[in-house]
Amino acid sequence: MRSLIDIATLTVAEIDELIATADDIIANPEKYAHKCAGKKLATLFFEPSTRTRLSFEAAMYELGGNVLGFSEANSSSAAKGESVADTAKTVSCYADIIAMRHPKEGAPLVASMNASIPVINAGDGGHNHPTQTLADLLTIHREKGRFDNLTVGLCGDLKFGRTVHSLITALRRYKGIKFVLISPNELKLPDYVKASLEKEGFPYIETTDLEEVMPELDILYMTRVQQERFFNEEEYLRLKDSYILTPEKLTTAKSDLSILHPLPRVNEISVAIDKDPRACYFKQVLYGKFMRMALILKLLEVE
Amino acid sequence: MTVNEIKNGIVLDHITAGKGMEIYNLLGLDKLDCQIALIKNALSRKMGKKDIIKIDADIDINTDIIGYVDPDITVNVIKDGKNVEKKTIDLPERLENVLVCKNPRCISATEQELPHIFTLSDRENRVYRCLYCEAQAKD
Ligand SMILES: [Zn+2]
Repeated sequence: MRSLIDIATLTVAEIDELIATADDIIANPEKYAHKCAGKKLATLFFEPSTRTRLSFEAAMYELGGNVLGFSEANSSSAAKGESVADTAKTVSCYADIIAMRHPKEGAPLVASMNASIPVINAGDGGHNHPTQTLADLLTIHREKGRFDNLTVGLCGDLKFGRTVHSLITALRRYKGIKFVLISPNELKLPDYVKASLEKEGFPYIETTDLEEVMPELDILYMTRVQQERFFNEEEYLRLKDSYILTPEKLTTAKSDLSILHPLPRVNEISVAIDKDPRACYFKQVLYGKFMRMALILKLLEVE
Repeated sequence: MTVNEIKNGIVLDHITAGKGMEIYNLLGLDKLDCQIALIKNALSRKMGKKDIIKIDADIDINTDIIGYVDPDITVNVIKDGKNVEKKTIDLPERLENVLVCKNPRCISATEQELPHIFTLSDRENRVYRCLYCEAQAKD
């Protein structure tokens, strides 16, 4: 029995297998409509995240399974003082697989160490969110047909953006990937992540200017620049517009650029871009559901 | 300075000078009833100065703690006045309840009964990270 807590624990072969399953689900949905009949997914959301929960629930329903669980603003059982370990043991008696969202970093790992059923990390604070990365990977693969030889621009908050760190972790296992790191100086990729790229001889460039590097990019992964990350308002006001994607900034971009965003967005991608064929962020949501379906099948060992 | 040789017990040799007291405290040696000698700044051909701890009792010691603080220490096991075993210590792969995670967002900060577990993530730079949140261990 396996769990998925951290994207780094999946091998390249396992990611390929999940992508192949997701592709097959997209092509033949009826083949999968009853695969999880009689199985139950427990969604344990100790903090609300409606879109992630809906994606998991839709995934399980489309596999013919059932869903039970809770989503709490101030975590029901935790408020009564029950430990994550005890919750995991209890829920193992009711369900076949758990998807857990928790504000504390490492909570899903603790659950997986105590549950007798697979646990999927549906986000633990600012730490890991592996199914978001699976959604990102399927999007890239569907759009580009490959993971190697891509120039990947990561734009916005690269310091605290966990989705960015996980995507780097996943993509650095492929050949010919070049990262272009686009952020204000305050929100640069942490040194330890850069150090590990350097150690592996991975090429990357760092810049504060999105427009300057736009023509090179095959993928542009946008994230939000939050005001509270800045030391002063003046800096924020000066910089915020440079990290908002507008049709003007896209004029020099490749015609087959793929624009991704983990959503929700606030204003970092102008709605005028939504109709551009290069915008992939709503497809990304859909692909997230298919990857969660593939993952549930894999962890439940459903043939 | 001479300290009587021990008959059955353990000698921790080649402790980096000045670290002896830290090792003494981490191993909880203050709680033992047997004779213990902590020698500071002993002369060493190899190191110039070193600390030594001699424990006059055959006890189990947690070599993980020693390995974390000072991996160059050698552990000598003494039986009937003879040095029967000389162990060098490696950096431990895993530390349980030696370090405490300082990340306030870590699950181990909220749930007190969880064991504090750190794993070695970078041997070269001796970097340990919390098993739960991956925060780097800080002294
Ligand atoms: Zn921690």
